[in-house]
Amino acid sequence: MKEENVIISKGLTKRFGGFTAVDAITFEVKKGEIFGFLGANGAGKTTAMKMLIGISNPTGGEAMVAGFDVHTQQDAIKKNIGYMSQKFALYDDLTVAENITFYGGIYGLSRKQIREKRTKLIETLGLGEIAHQLVGSLPLGWKQKLAFSVAMLHDPQIVFLDEPTGGVDPITRRQFWEMIYKAADKGTTIFVTTHYMDEAEYCHRVSIMVAGKIEALDTPKKLKEQFEVSSMNDVFLRLARNIE
Amino acid sequence: MKRFLGFVRKEFYHIFRDKRSLFILFGMPVAQILLFGFAITNEINNVDIAVLNQSKDVNTQEITQKIDASKYFTIKRFLTSEKEIEEAFKKGDIKAVINFEKDFSEHLIKEGQGSIQILTDATDPNTASAITNYISSIIQSYQQQQNQGVQMDYQIHPEVRMVYNPELKSVFMFVPGVMTIILMLVSAMMTSISITREKELGTMEILLVSPLSSFQVIVGKVVPYIFLSMINAAIIIFLGITVFKMPIAGNLILLGLESVLFIITSLALGILISTMVKTQQTAMMISLMGLMLPVILLSGFIFPISSMPPPLQVISNIVPAKWFITIAKGIMLKGVGLGYLLKETLILIGMTVFFIALSIKKYKIRLE
Repeated sequence: MKEENVIISKGLTKRFGGFTAVDAITFEVKKGEIFGFLGANGAGKTTAMKMLIGISNPTGGEAMVAGFDVHTQQDAIKKNIGYMSQKFALYDDLTVAENITFYGGIYGLSRKQIREKRTKLIETLGLGEIAHQLVGSLPLGWKQKLAFSVAMLHDPQIVFLDEPTGGVDPITRRQFWEMIYKAADKGTTIFVTTHYMDEAEYCHRVSIMVAGKIEALDTPKKLKEQFEVSSMNDVFLRLARNIE
Repeated sequence: MKRFLGFVRKEFYHIFRDKRSLFILFGMPVAQILLFGFAITNEINNVDIAVLNQSKDVNTQEITQKIDASKYFTIKRFLTSEKEIEEAFKKGDIKAVINFEKDFSEHLIKEGQGSIQILTDATDPNTASAITNYISSIIQSYQQQQNQGVQMDYQIHPEVRMVYNPELKSVFMFVPGVMTIILMLVSAMMTSISITREKELGTMEILLVSPLSSFQVIVGKVVPYIFLSMINAAIIIFLGITVFKMPIAGNLILLGLESVLFIITSLALGILISTMVKTQQTAMMISLMGLMLPVILLSGFIFPISSMPPPLQVISNIVPAKWFITIAKGIMLKGVGLGYLLKETLILIGMTVFFIALSIKKYKIRLE
């Protein structure tokens, strides 16, 4: 089977006045791939991601996400992607079940679909006993898993994860990555930004942004060989230092 | 549409699960209307006063009795010398002292002129001037009684009639005012807080990424508050009618429609605030300081606009509450119809359009 690209970016650029936040980035992401999108704070990765998910208009360049144009088909993109941000995007004052129902609703699932998905999800996550508790009372790790599942509720082609594991312990992070792998195995494309360089090692391919440009893009293994270092952390430091 | 309804349902969950906002929503209107209705009042009732009678004759006795007999004053103490006056005020239990000069009757008969000194505690100027007015008018009426049948060269009788609120009940002034404050605060503050809360929690981002349009998000945020504000308006009018026996002279439906218009103006203002600030705290501060104070001070609710210095009078024109108070008073007390309130209504509509246009512009800038 020919590998198809679900994200294609050609010279995508974003300028704020005289400042170029994202400088002509070009890359592709394959279906079912876990794509790590790395960069220091302020390197422009959040801005780039915002353009890809259709909430920020590009200044120049082109990009297709899930087969739709970021310039003209933002609404179609929104229906075909899932998104989870660094802050947990669940409502603390709603119960687990209500949160699921709400997100199902805004993605336009039918009542029957929502009911089936909800039952299945609560069962898979083992949340049966606390399905009617407020989300605010759950431990962080659970909220995070729930948030990820909710972002996947409408079976999107691509899931964008913006620093999804900020502030959680290593064990929970590990479990979270297992969920990501399972989703990728089923054919969902994962586009993930992260601060943690050990997480970068889990990705199929990573790109590293420095000052608005993609300075490196390859599998973690090849990147380490290319820079002749033993960890992604060192790759990252090398790149950052070269620029300075 | 179904997406939208699900969104509105979620908003109601937020409101009913948050004790703080529930309290603001329904506790505040009731507390304020009762507070303004019962406690904060400009009316004079059974004020304690003292009398220093240095002549002790028929006329002074009669005047004293007349004052004591009125429902406005109670004579608490009789003083014996002028030295005691200051002492009496310092104690703080009396608000005024009536001081009859020596040989009052004698002067009155021989010279046609007797002097009475009225001293009032002007630490509270409004009450002080009200007290002087009341005492003067009692003395005036005594004088007229005495002069009955006596031929005088001139006599001018000003006949005063207070229209629209003949008993000068201050609660009639407060009900429209409190209604304005509550609608403004609930609508503007609650909306701005609820939108900024989504921003703070990061859920706003999720909503923007979802297929819901930003228009649906904003309208979905606003709809529950339109509904709740209308309930509030109804509660306030109901309390005014039942507890304070306030007559609604005009058309209730017109009052309802005008209230909805004002609610929308306030909501638009709330949305505008939320497009400008990032946190719930700032939204709350701006709503309280930026809305509550102008509404209380510059809307004509407590202080008449006509007696403000000209610059403030000009500024008062940009306070939406000023126009709604005029409308509410007009309908409730004067019973006028839309014809007389056209200008105010159009101004409110204009303001609403302006606020909405401005927030759409701000919102777009933020998205770029």
